[in-house]
Amino acid sequence: MSEPLLVRLGRIDRRWIFLAMALSIIVPMLLKVRFPEIPQPMARATFEAIERVPEGSRVLIAFDYDPASQGELQPMANAIVHHCASRGHKMVFMTLWPFGGPLAERTIDDILLAYHPGYKYGIDYAELGFQPGNEGVVKLMSTNIPKQFPTDKRGTPLAQVPLLADLADTTGFKLVVSISAGYPGAKEWVQYANGPAPEAFTFVSGTTGVQAAQLLPYYPAQMEGMLLAVKGAAEYETIVEEKYPPPQHPERIGDGRVRMGPQLVAHVLMIVLIVLGNLSMAAGRTRGGMR
Amino acid sequence: MLQRTIPIAILSISGIVLVLAYFSPFTQSWGEQAVDWFNIIAGIAYILGGGNLLRVNLEKISAQRPGWAYAAITVAAFVAMLGFGLLKLGAVPSEKYPDVHFAGDYESNSAPYGWMYWNVISPLGATMFAMLAFYVASAAFRAFRAKNLESVLLLGTAFIVLLSATAAGAYLTGWIPADSAVGFMRAERLRTMITEVVQTAGMRAIGIGIAIGVVALSVRLILGIDRSYLSKDGGAA
Amino acid sequence: MIDRRIQVRRGVEAVLAAGIPAAGILASASAAFAQGDAAVASAAAEKDAWIDPARVPLLVALIVACGLIVAAIALARSGVPLKIRKLAALDAVDEAVGRATEMGRSVLFVPGIQDMNDVQTVAGITVLGPVAKTAAEYDARLEVPTSRSLVMVAARETVQAAHFAAGRPETYNEGNITYITDEQFAYVSAVVGRMVREKPAACFYMGAFYAESLLFAENGNSIGAIQIAGTAEPSQLPFFVAACDYTLIGEEFFAASAYLSGERDQLGSIKGQDFVKLAVAGVILAGVALATVAAVAPDGGAASLFRSFQSALGG
Repeated sequence: MSEPLLVRLGRIDRRWIFLAMALSIIVPMLLKVRFPEIPQPMARATFEAIERVPEGSRVLIAFDYDPASQGELQPMANAIVHHCASRGHKMVFMTLWPFGGPLAERTIDDILLAYHPGYKYGIDYAELGFQPGNEGVVKLMSTNIPKQFPTDKRGTPLAQVPLLADLADTTGFKLVVSISAGYPGAKEWVQYANGPAPEAFTFVSGTTGVQAAQLLPYYPAQMEGMLLAVKGAAEYETIVEEKYPPPQHPERIGDGRVRMGPQLVAHVLMIVLIVLGNLSMAAGRTRGGMR
Repeated sequence: MLQRTIPIAILSISGIVLVLAYFSPFTQSWGEQAVDWFNIIAGIAYILGGGNLLRVNLEKISAQRPGWAYAAITVAAFVAMLGFGLLKLGAVPSEKYPDVHFAGDYESNSAPYGWMYWNVISPLGATMFAMLAFYVASAAFRAFRAKNLESVLLLGTAFIVLLSATAAGAYLTGWIPADSAVGFMRAERLRTMITEVVQTAGMRAIGIGIAIGVVALSVRLILGIDRSYLSKDGGAA
Repeated sequence: MIDRRIQVRRGVEAVLAAGIPAAGILASASAAFAQGDAAVASAAAEKDAWIDPARVPLLVALIVACGLIVAAIALARSGVPLKIRKLAALDAVDEAVGRATEMGRSVLFVPGIQDMNDVQTVAGITVLGPVAKTAAEYDARLEVPTSRSLVMVAARETVQAAHFAAGRPETYNEGNITYITDEQFAYVSAVVGRMVREKPAACFYMGAFYAESLLFAENGNSIGAIQIAGTAEPSQLPFFVAACDYTLIGEEFFAASAYLSGERDQLGSIKGQDFVKLAVAGVILAGVALATVAAVAPDGGAASLFRSFQSALGG
């Protein structure tokens, strides 16, 4: 007697699952399916934390991710840079990841200089670039930034860059943002920069979804705001765009919301697969019992 | 005996010194010094690793073993990135020092290194990361089976978190008044409760266990009880 | 043969010998902070103190933890029988390697993607030793692709030592331990490609892993390999648990090398871990009780004690 379809479905070749997943992502992307986002408390807290920083403050933005995580983190990076620039903050960019530098460069070109062309290098923004050493970089920055970064990314001594000339350590920033894909990242900033001087600056982070469990214990005591994965980015984009609409190329801070369409379909597919797997298991057990 | 004693002595002394150095204001920078020394050693070790990579792949090419073409691609990519990166071939001249070759920007989009970064490394890395989506689906299909009470709880939690991570959760539970007695049944509230209470508690417990495990392993290594890392004649394997 | 009662008494004496001074330090440090000891406060201001006052609580906790572990090792040396719960993942090492030998396929060991300065990599290398010894005894080919050059060097030393310990020095082949690349996804694609082509029968993932954990585990599952994983990355544990046959969770991973060695000293340190966990649980319960009482009666003695401990711990 041949097995019922439901039982056979439990042993389906995984390539059919891969195909279903591919379609669930590609089709909504092509159809540009978008859903309204209702900002949740964590996204709001992140927005409010940055809003509370006085206008024109010096802020540090750490691009602690690489191209592999760009899909999940670039939307929030874009929105954060636009938000900070809309507040007139002076931004210092750096990265703890070897491949993070070009991502920061691209964000500067696509968002900062495109939306805020008045920003001048050395006065309104600067780049420290990448330094090897993982958490050692953060530890040294919390006591002596010029020792860790003798020059900026362009090779100019810090003393000759107006924005960085008087920068001694991380307490010289009013806000530190870590857009983090893993190690080193937000956790190291909390432990080695925020920990020794918890009141010196506001710390917010944007992280991948998989890191959420590890970083949630730090919210809201050590981290005043946290954006989790594309969902957090989409909610944050909604809030930022409402208060600071981009002057041109609005799609550049809309990627998070665009990606929520495929995410919804993919999640529904996963639920369907889980239910199917369990029905197949139940059918197999029932059939075995009947024998 | 010296082959065993000297490495254990080095590990023990440096371990104890660096742990105690953390607590004194006079010696707190020793730990950072040790990290610098490690980075120097690791940097020099790149030569070993790179040499090993070249040797293994060149042997494969010369012996024409199956898949030798991939070894050739590996060697070519290695040499190309090394050349364009280390020697800054094709780098965009610096504005401040246009005549100094090594002051050029090799990460710029118009430099070969930058081009390879944006058109090869970046999409390949993103592709590998994106494969996780497919593997998560197949893992969920295979592993999430309601075999007992714990797995049923796991399934229920998975459904709530999956739905609330999208607009579907808001659509399905958005009609529940937020201020009512059953307001906690809204998807975003359930998710918040699961992630901020249940998950955080579990993660903290695992984190505490990990920290204790690290201390125990460190004590074993510093006291020389665990010697499985030592070379022949010294290992306890 | 030592009388069991004498063994237990010696053991208790060892624990007390370590615990009493540690408890005394803890109590006096707490009292000092509770009373707002002027000497400590002024020392902090002057920065002449030999010990950073802000780190004293951590130093005390470290002394207590290490003391308990050392006491447990002493207990084990004194001959007191130790009950260590079974770790199925480690009991399956022989089964996994034996399976590879029967099928004529290799054993793959991935020591994580971090460098030797990460304690998880060190733990992975210490587990590699016993696994390599078992592989040498069974005459199974062990492959160790590494993501860092220093890890490659350390792994070669360890595997060579294991082959010597197994009495099979001639079977050691350093060509089986290779460096791939530091880049995370380039490494994982190389290893996964090797898995799909060579189809190892047993795969060990022991070390620090990040996003690539599921890629390894799912591909290992697809080739039908028996998979044993161990990591202290909390975010990656669910993927290993879902896709691998056996998983060492957090502290079990750090206890693995001790468990596999079977030596009394090392097993004693595992018992010490349990003692420290009990102590931590006790402190948590006491803290929760104090915090609850403090919330109910904010003006009482318990509330002021709770606030003192909070400020002493930097809260």
